[in-house]
Amino acid sequence: MDTQKDQVTIELNDTRLEARQGQMLIEVADANGVSIPRFCYHKKLSVSANCRMCLVEVENAPKMLPACATPVTDGMKAWTKSPKAIAAQKSVMEFLLINHPLDCPVCDQGGECDLQEMALGYGGDTSRYTEGKRIIKEKDYGSLVSTEMSRCIHCTRCVRFGVEIAGIPEIGGTGRGDHMQIGTYVQKALSSELSGNIIDLCPVGALLSKPFLFSARSWELKSVPGVAPHDAVGSNIQIQTRNGKVMRVIPQENEAVNEIWISDRDRFSYLALDSEDRVTQPMVRNSDGQLVETDWQSALEAAVNGMKMVASTDGGGALGALASPSSTTEEFYLLQKLMRGLGSNSVDHRLRQQDFSGQSDQIAPQLGTTLQQIEQQNAVLIVGSDIQREQPLLSHRIRKAALSGAAVSTVNPDGIEFNFPLSGEVVTDQLTPALSAIARAMVDMGMGGDLSGLSALVADANVEPAHQAVAESLIGGEKAMVLMGEIAYRDQNQAVIYALTGAIASMSGATFSVLTEGANALGGLLAGAVPHRDTADATVDSVGMDVASMVDMAPKGLLLMGIEAESDLAAGPAAADAIRKSEFVVSLSTFADSVTMGKSDVILPLAAFTESSGTFVNAEGEWQSFGGAVAPKGEARPGWKILRVMGTMANLDGFDYNSSEDVLSEVRGLCDQAETEKWSWSALSDLGDASSCTVASTPIYQVDSLVRRSEPLQQTPLAHAGQATTGGAE
Amino acid sequence: MANQVCFRNNHLENSWTLAAYQSSGGYEAVKKILSEKTSPEELIDEIKLSALRGRGGAGFPTGLKWSFMPRNAPGQKYIVCNSDEGEPGTCKDRDILRYNPHQLIEGMLIAGYCIGASAGYNYIRGEFWEPYSRFEVALEEARAAGLLGDNILDSGFDFQLHSHLGAGAYVCGEETALLNSIEGKKGQPRFKPPFPAGFGLYGRPTTINNTESLASIPVILSKGGQWFLDQGLPNAGGEKLFSVSGHVNRPGNYEVPMGTPFSELLEMAGGVRDGHQLKAVIPGGSSTPVVPGDQMMGINMDYDSIASAGSMLGAGSVIVMDETTCMPRVLARLAYFYYEESCGQCTPCREGTGWLSRVTQRIEDGNGAQADIDLLDSVAGNIEGNTICALGDAAAMPVRSFLKHYRDEFQHHIDHKQCMVTSDW
Repeated sequence: MDTQKDQVTIELNDTRLEARQGQMLIEVADANGVSIPRFCYHKKLSVSANCRMCLVEVENAPKMLPACATPVTDGMKAWTKSPKAIAAQKSVMEFLLINHPLDCPVCDQGGECDLQEMALGYGGDTSRYTEGKRIIKEKDYGSLVSTEMSRCIHCTRCVRFGVEIAGIPEIGGTGRGDHMQIGTYVQKALSSELSGNIIDLCPVGALLSKPFLFSARSWELKSVPGVAPHDAVGSNIQIQTRNGKVMRVIPQENEAVNEIWISDRDRFSYLALDSEDRVTQPMVRNSDGQLVETDWQSALEAAVNGMKMVASTDGGGALGALASPSSTTEEFYLLQKLMRGLGSNSVDHRLRQQDFSGQSDQIAPQLGTTLQQIEQQNAVLIVGSDIQREQPLLSHRIRKAALSGAAVSTVNPDGIEFNFPLSGEVVTDQLTPALSAIARAMVDMGMGGDLSGLSALVADANVEPAHQAVAESLIGGEKAMVLMGEIAYRDQNQAVIYALTGAIASMSGATFSVLTEGANALGGLLAGAVPHRDTADATVDSVGMDVASMVDMAPKGLLLMGIEAESDLAAGPAAADAIRKSEFVVSLSTFADSVTMGKSDVILPLAAFTESSGTFVNAEGEWQSFGGAVAPKGEARPGWKILRVMGTMANLDGFDYNSSEDVLSEVRGLCDQAETEKWSWSALSDLGDASSCTVASTPIYQVDSLVRRSEPLQQTPLAHAGQATTGGAE
Repeated sequence: MANQVCFRNNHLENSWTLAAYQSSGGYEAVKKILSEKTSPEELIDEIKLSALRGRGGAGFPTGLKWSFMPRNAPGQKYIVCNSDEGEPGTCKDRDILRYNPHQLIEGMLIAGYCIGASAGYNYIRGEFWEPYSRFEVALEEARAAGLLGDNILDSGFDFQLHSHLGAGAYVCGEETALLNSIEGKKGQPRFKPPFPAGFGLYGRPTTINNTESLASIPVILSKGGQWFLDQGLPNAGGEKLFSVSGHVNRPGNYEVPMGTPFSELLEMAGGVRDGHQLKAVIPGGSSTPVVPGDQMMGINMDYDSIASAGSMLGAGSVIVMDETTCMPRVLARLAYFYYEESCGQCTPCREGTGWLSRVTQRIEDGNGAQADIDLLDSVAGNIEGNTICALGDAAAMPVRSFLKHYRDEFQHHIDHKQCMVTSDW
């Protein structure tokens, strides 16, 4: 495109500005710091031009024009604050206010309300309207969003959000004129996994956070930046606190990660922080088998002594450690350092994975591109993933690609539906044969490379038209990606599926993306919290026990970090049994689940994500650090501090850190040195048997201990839909 | 002369049938065009020469509108006929659909040919069940006669025509709301730009014309643009349908040359009902400014003459009021109409029409305050020009004109809590 030809010069408020042909006047104004009042315009939504607040004067136009819907042309002259423009803006403000309740003192939006703010500049101090105001009965949108529709100014941002972003047109306008109402028509709870974003979009107090309702005023809140701990996107958030208590979580804009959105999971999981079963005191099991509260010193001594005892009697190899995939990189690093210091390589965080036979080939499963680049893809293949529920905002990028014409296809079990159109679908419970057939189609099209161990499997595959179509769309896509999700990752034949998916990506020249669960699985791998690799992919002398082996063999000494065995591990009840069989169990716990409370010999209260500093490495490989927003609850302490002291008490070297930044710079330094040479997935080796049995993905509001305890999330239709359509791993 | 264009066949028995239409030379124009393969440019030039201006109310030159269409651009293009005749006081298109539907079909065929559209829609007002059924029958007749469909009369020209019955919303007469309505969406106007000629029905280039405009086309092309021009005025050719209603002896539709004096039109309609005097006239439909009767008697029924009296020709819907009419009561009724018909999309109209209606009603009820007259004028002024479509202007213009000409009656209502006139209705 000829940029010279594209460029236009306009005069805005008598200042010459450069702009692109076709840009809307309001965009040019925003880019140049000229403020134009607006309600319906939003940079992430389509233009609707209905609020009329952005009316401005344009030379030679017979009337005021809306800046949001007026494309700039060369030589255009516009005035945003001329007497005519101001008069139009003030008249619109008067119209907006005549039916607005003006109940700001009892409205949660007060203090962060666009209408309130604009009214200061454009509203009158008295009203000429003396009739009764319009009253609309509030609507029940479910447990997350509260409504006060009499305050609605009909900007339709929420309506457009449903259609354009969430992909579920749940809200619309019914009725005409003065009788127009925004609502769901038939009363129902919102079912989008992104529904909470309409709270931020609503420029007035019509849509509010239900859990936050009437609990604080916006100006009382202190905002601390954070990173959401539920998926591999690493959505940026603001944790808002008052008097040391988290009051709410809102998104922090970061175009490269979450744009301006967060999922409902990210927004409402904070509600679990004050659950009654929070662990707030160190506890030690006494000789009667009773857990008794104690001080940190005694608890840590008991923990370290117990573990050293196991190591001295049965060798370090008898110790094992399991950590939540949403632990921080610092925690992962210190955990593996502690365990390896005690002589054990048995550290793992891949809790729902079942097949570890391919782990040595899977160096660092990750996105392989940037989140923003996903939007540019022409072809995407999703393998074994309920991506919309697994990684909501990554899925949003795929949706954007699909809406701008990308061919998105899936190889998935039955019953998984997305909010974007699919160009091809292979529905199967057996991922291996389906993937083999796609690979075979590619080989038949002359795309074959060295398939080594997969050769026989691929040669035997039966290619059907659906497989052929997927192969063609990937090969035809100039920018293509093959994305392996949680369902595939947890399959009992993960190694074969991983290799096949990688081969398909490689043959078609596509980016190979692997998405793992939790907020920091990549951080766990890089930090070395895996049995087969040390930090930064360094080799280990002997491979330790992975999750499955630990469940099978029940190590004599177990260190658990942020885990609820029955819900967090693929093996569930079997994992709980293994823990019960273990001789000595130390739990770093945020919540008191029955297995932890029933078995642990020492319980160390672990700070939650809002209470600890740390770093998450997202799917893209971006290291995002955050600080603690509030002090830990009760006697709880950040994981890195607990592990640091345990290391020191165990007389291990190299645990003299003063801050989490010290830990971070050590692990980051190691990874940075290693990154350039080795971080790729390696060649395929012999993979053996290929019978396939798929496990379901975890329902969206069951993924971790926080979301499971967030009552409002559990009351959403999505929480129940998950239970109905997808069974557990058991 | 009268009844030479859209009503030229109304004297025939069963004038709505194909046979009746063909007996007076119907479909000859399109047959000639298709057999001679007349170039669309030539046809558009002829229409430009005729000075036919859009009969829906805006008065935009039809030939010029057609020339905006990217007729050679690839892909589907549409011609849409606006028969959503909802303006209070207007009933002319209804009678074209009832008495001369084939002339409209022929006009749409020619329009499709000129703008490169192979499909057309006739959007008919929801309440027009009888005209709709009759138009449907005419469509069937035309299809059976090979005048619609693929390869019409072996010319290689394809044209599919469908009618679409609205659901009763006044705002769907606004062309972009009409397009949304055909698409099955809520009948709310779109903001412009983009204009329908670039982004219209289903996002494709679209021309929207009024029923009367399209039905005039076959006559223009068979008798010549010059002939049509000669019937009217240099900047507004032809005869035009006027719907005369209100306090006249013979209300009805009258097709008379553009520029006919209002006094003659009134006489055709039998004059003001017996024993009464003319008080006021709304010359172009309820949304055009009211004109006092004595002023109206001195002007002609054309764009410029009516504009000189501060009003608009609009759709030619002449509402005549005699001296028994209470102007605050009329305005309250009109304001209520626009309040009920506002689509609710944009702020000034959604909030303002309700405000106007409530204030006019309280004045009518004798509950008005002294400040209300200025308030009404100011609120109407704040709506005017600030909305997405013209409905806001349509609601505001009657208010401002009624206050301009009949302020004393409103003042009387406020001061004495009763009408200035003795109304017998």
